[in-house]
Amino acid sequence: MDKVAIVGASLAGLAAVRALRRQSFAGEIVVVGAEPHLPYDRPPLSKDFLTGAVTVTDLALTHDGEDLGADWRLGVTATGFDPRTRAVHLDTGEVIRADGVVIATGARARPIEHLGVHTLRTLDDALALREALKQTGRLVVIGAGFIGAEVASSARKLGWDVTVVESLPTPLAGQLGTEMGEIVSRLHGDHGVRLLTGLPVTGLTGTDRIEAVELADGTRLPADLVVAGIGAIPNVEWLESAGGLAAATSVPGVVATGDCTGSQHWTFALEHPATAVAELLGTDPPVTKPPYFWSDQYGVMIQFAGHHAPGDTVRIVEGDPERRSFLAVYERDGQPSAVLGLNQPKLFTRWRRQLRSAPQEA
Amino acid sequence: MLQPVCPLSEIPPGEAYRWATEPAVAIFHTEDGEVFAIDDTCTHQDASLADGWLEGCEVECPLHASRFDLRTGAVDAPPAKKPVRTHRVEVTDGVVHVELSKEPPNLPPGAKP
Repeated sequence: MDKVAIVGASLAGLAAVRALRRQSFAGEIVVVGAEPHLPYDRPPLSKDFLTGAVTVTDLALTHDGEDLGADWRLGVTATGFDPRTRAVHLDTGEVIRADGVVIATGARARPIEHLGVHTLRTLDDALALREALKQTGRLVVIGAGFIGAEVASSARKLGWDVTVVESLPTPLAGQLGTEMGEIVSRLHGDHGVRLLTGLPVTGLTGTDRIEAVELADGTRLPADLVVAGIGAIPNVEWLESAGGLAAATSVPGVVATGDCTGSQHWTFALEHPATAVAELLGTDPPVTKPPYFWSDQYGVMIQFAGHHAPGDTVRIVEGDPERRSFLAVYERDGQPSAVLGLNQPKLFTRWRRQLRSAPQEA
Repeated sequence: MLQPVCPLSEIPPGEAYRWATEPAVAIFHTEDGEVFAIDDTCTHQDASLADGWLEGCEVECPLHASRFDLRTGAVDAPPAKKPVRTHRVEVTDGVVHVELSKEPPNLPPGAKP
């Protein structure tokens, strides 16, 4: 294998470049990125970047002086793929042919098409939102998932009057289960943010600028700013000419990693590229850790690791939910399946380590 | 100048001790019985590396999974980009002594100096 093309220049793309070099690949590497920026760290975009504690420079993921010997083709979008010849078609009309292709095109924020509704996924999104947050007023956040909750927390810190609306009866139920989702979502109320659940958004009003968000029960929430955090869509449309992601990766020499696979976890985008690259090079894959993600809301560190499934039991093994400092262990068939910590990083790390040594089903 | 910090017996192998000097220092006792001292604060964001995941001669930050080599302070996995300082360690009569580095520390954005 002499040449590898990596399509996607965010965390997973960068991790794939590093993994190739670490696994002794000495050939040519071309990285294609739709955004004009070198790889940067997305998690702070909804947190310290919005409040100004973290700058654009701080977000860079590449080290000063780090030479990975890769050809970075930034601001260029892949538009098509031919798996037989491993040819990546670009919006510039150029075609890149390689012996190996790593698909790492990530995902984009699910949009709400209305004037003045922000979403948050990219650095440019975050710069626009940070600018809009410079005044204060009434913010409505649509979606009480992690992004929505973090934006609410950051805006509250900046002095905004914040309302979060969620169509599901319990926020974060899919990620944390209903019991823990309910406890974690109490953080909003603790900090003077209204949380309205079980209420789908039925309309947005305002012509020149956003004026209000309307809910299924007839509630009208006046708003100066609206942010939608309603999920992500994998960037895989460019693979349609190849029959889709699954068909593309069924061809030897083509692998996929990161958020375009449907995962939404930062640590997956960090760690899985080494496995994908090992498959490409025919080397031994590294040991994988259980999924881990975190969120930072209202100064509370929320950490979760493992696989939660409906029917798991949850028990508090340390601390007190009322104090928003505790450790909860999820169990299935008497075995720990996942662990949740609020403001318990040390204990959480211990449990996370134990999860790895416990057998994990596929 | 070597300063006495704590008896080695207070740090079981595989564990760490956070020495609350300014800035704080984390002292690790590896499973192999070696002792290392590095700055306790992750260079990416305010987190205590003494609370992290120690594996061999590497510690993973308990928050965001940045990894640091205890021997060199080098960062081995993002999001951190800058190394932590390492400090010279001597164990004398069962007591851990540390000589603080004279290099400037790489503290994260927003951390108290």
